[in-house]
Amino acid sequence: MTPAPTVVIVGASAAGLSVAENLRRGGFAGTVTMIGAEHHLPYDRPPLSKEVLSGLWPDAKTQLRDRSTLTELNIDLRLGVRAEHVDSAARIVANSDGSQVPYNDLVIATGVRPRPLPGTGGVQGVHVLRTLGDAQRLRAVLRGRPRLVIVGAGFLGAEVASVARTAGADVTLVSDIESPLSDVLGAELGQLLRRAHIDHGVHLKTGVKVAAVAHHDNQVSGVELADGSTLPADAVLVAIGSIPNTEWLAGSGIPVGNGVICDQFCRALPGVWAAGDVASWHHADLDQRLRLEHRTNAAEQGMAVARNILAADNPTPFTPVPYIWSDQYDLKLQIYGQTRGADAFAVIDGDLAERRFVAVYGKNGHVHGAVGAGMIRPLRAARALVATHEPWSSIEQGVTA
Amino acid sequence: MHITIDETKCCGAGQCVLAAPEVFDQREDDGVVILLNADPPTDQYGQVREAAAVCPAALIEVHE
Repeated sequence: MTPAPTVVIVGASAAGLSVAENLRRGGFAGTVTMIGAEHHLPYDRPPLSKEVLSGLWPDAKTQLRDRSTLTELNIDLRLGVRAEHVDSAARIVANSDGSQVPYNDLVIATGVRPRPLPGTGGVQGVHVLRTLGDAQRLRAVLRGRPRLVIVGAGFLGAEVASVARTAGADVTLVSDIESPLSDVLGAELGQLLRRAHIDHGVHLKTGVKVAAVAHHDNQVSGVELADGSTLPADAVLVAIGSIPNTEWLAGSGIPVGNGVICDQFCRALPGVWAAGDVASWHHADLDQRLRLEHRTNAAEQGMAVARNILAADNPTPFTPVPYIWSDQYDLKLQIYGQTRGADAFAVIDGDLAERRFVAVYGKNGHVHGAVGAGMIRPLRAARALVATHEPWSSIEQGVTA
Repeated sequence: MHITIDETKCCGAGQCVLAAPEVFDQREDDGVVILLNADPPTDQYGQVREAAAVCPAALIEVHE
């Protein structure tokens, strides 16, 4: 009799949990071991820069599953343990607690960590935001209504600006892009967000690079810009992107580049898979390599990996329509598909000035993305255009009709 | 089958509506989930389980 198969999932956040749940849902009766470096039960990260930072939610509300549900899933859950090495020939994971766990299938769901700003290591008052602990620390600082300088005007920087400003902090948002999220969402929506932040009293410093962080007695005192000026600061949030957590795979034979390099099935090697922020895979439908740091993708990719493990020799390509949302003030942006790098843009419903609209993004003559605010049904219709790569010519006809 | 939801966690992804359009809908202004039928007929069970599994906020609970 052969022993029951074992799936080892490294990473106990949204993607890892999705793998575990969908394995059980699919009837997997073997051992599921989930190894997580953090001590918390699996929790949700998007609320950290929104409801947790603002204090609207108690921290416990971010927990993705209660303990009894996790118990029912019958997961060998090892929290506070860091996976340190993989022997992909022997199929064994070695961990920080000295344990060695053999696997039949390994799922890498180790996520990303914040990209640090050079020269800020150990400086008090310089924050990042990735974990619950990070959010708790920044929330405590916001209670003192500090002068907060946020470096980076992507989703995280813009969302924290919104929460911090609402909490009464004096907020400066610094970025080398021209408007908040303009690199992702284009000039038009960048302008809309620029207006929203200025209307709420955020100081915007865009199109400028950060030179250094100024500090006295190891306490941050300001942010020095490349134009020679200094922004005084009691606290600084560094929100300049992320680095995939792949260093522990060095020497394992598992291909690593910008994330874990997978095929169209989210498979890096026979019996080795990746899901969530850390996974780079070939989106067969778009014929493009993607690595998405999105909450929705973590759930969907975890599901896809679980199904492909169960499907054995008959896996299915993972071809989602990505979805992101962002809450800034009273604006909820909902984004399907890809908007970065678009060469065409059209508002097909509503009005940007009223902050109630549906816009579509085109590339190479086809619809690649859709963004909406306050218009969910038209946006769902636009999602269908993204899913089918509708020719851009039909958008132009629709807009002018 | 009985479904409960915590709509305060909803991020408006609409994945549930795509999976089980006869059981879930979304509010027009912010996309927050609307539970159309907390006790769906048996022919909807598969779609509802799929919706619960794919919900990025993990807010759909299915009691069977």
